[in-house]
Amino acid sequence: MIGILDYGAGNLASVKNAMDFLGYEAEMVTSAKDIEKCDGIIFPGQGSFGSMVDILKERGMYGPLYDYIIGGRPFLGICLGLQVLYEGSDESPGYKGYGIMKGRAQRFEKGKVPQIGWNEICPFADDIPGGWAYYVNSYRIVDPKNAIAMSDYYGRFVAAVKKDNITAFQFHPEKSGKYGLSLLRWWYGCLQKE
Amino acid sequence: MLAKRIIPCLDVRDGRVVKGTNFVNIRDAGDPVELGKRYDEQSADELVFLDIMASQENRGTTINMVRKVAKEIFIPFTVGGGIDSIEAIGTILKSGADKVSVNTAAVKDPELVRKSSDYFGSQCIVVAVDAKRNGDGWEVYTHGGRRPTGIDALQWMKNVQDLGAGEILLTSMDCDGTKSGYDLELHRRADKLLSIPIIASGGAGTLESIGDVLTEGRADAALAASIFHYGTYTVKDVKEYLAGIGVEVRL
Repeated sequence: MIGILDYGAGNLASVKNAMDFLGYEAEMVTSAKDIEKCDGIIFPGQGSFGSMVDILKERGMYGPLYDYIIGGRPFLGICLGLQVLYEGSDESPGYKGYGIMKGRAQRFEKGKVPQIGWNEICPFADDIPGGWAYYVNSYRIVDPKNAIAMSDYYGRFVAAVKKDNITAFQFHPEKSGKYGLSLLRWWYGCLQKE
Repeated sequence: MLAKRIIPCLDVRDGRVVKGTNFVNIRDAGDPVELGKRYDEQSADELVFLDIMASQENRGTTINMVRKVAKEIFIPFTVGGGIDSIEAIGTILKSGADKVSVNTAAVKDPELVRKSSDYFGSQCIVVAVDAKRNGDGWEVYTHGGRRPTGIDALQWMKNVQDLGAGEILLTSMDCDGTKSGYDLELHRRADKLLSIPIIASGGAGTLESIGDVLTEGRADAALAASIFHYGTYTVKDVKEYLAGIGVEVRL
């Protein structure tokens, strides 16, 4: 079973709808003990970095989610679900991310912020194809380490990362039309091979 | 680079699309899902569903429509019309809409913009502004463009940005329905003043008019209704034209 981590914020319905549409079984996960049962977890983060960390902690999921990811089990982060993998975000300076990847999220320095709309995904290798995806974000990771694709908004930033069991997208695959659905299908397909 | 967005607007009433029946080979032209899919196939970047007869009593119908759309269409969509409370915003977002647009309710109670963007995030709160030229400036109208408010439109947009609005859907009432082009000066002035994205509306007629508002008018997105509904152009026609004049679009 794929778990969609429900931490009380964010438009989780659209991730669930996309999984249903693709015919993949997915359930909302609302507690630490449910995390254990999952064969894969999707974490669609939304809101501010600090409130995400607070809510995860309040609900007793912050630690268990870390253990799950570090334990090598399949994880797909979306938007803030990518940023939480890093050391922190300038959005909420007092808060720590998981630090599984080095660096922190920084605010876009130019242009209208948040970046809202479709931006081009430029892959480094053949993990995922190129295409256009829908973004809503004010902060982004610049360091391309672990990145499998980049986008450009007044400078290049990380669109997607992949490291062992961990995959994460800064954009919203569940809102990126056929291209986005194809990426969810790709991720699900990777799970089946493992 | 971020693409300029092309957004068809669908008028709905009792959960059915009431304009835009000029699609060929369509089973049910009033079905929001079916029309939404058509626009998605034409590479529309987002959709706006505007409930033209919205009221508390028929909110259930709107919710049902939102749920159905969200299950089958995987591009962002906004729902507007008669949304007047935090509760209503919450219900519509929970049903699967990505954004809600508020207009009259925001003018009546600007705190609604602050509260809802704090609670749900700025990215899902669109403030729709109907602006009409008045001397050197523009005045805000509410109640579907029927009621003048005496409020300066540029000042109002700055206010709602400061209150936390994520985007502005700016309609020029002078140009709306004329197909004679967008009010470029209005959009340019708004762009200069604001740091959040502006969706330009009112006046789409020719391909050039859409190109103009996205270049000279500096809008981040262009919304249009009748040219798409009546098949004058497809979204793809518009995007191919834009790509041809060097505007970044998703094709």
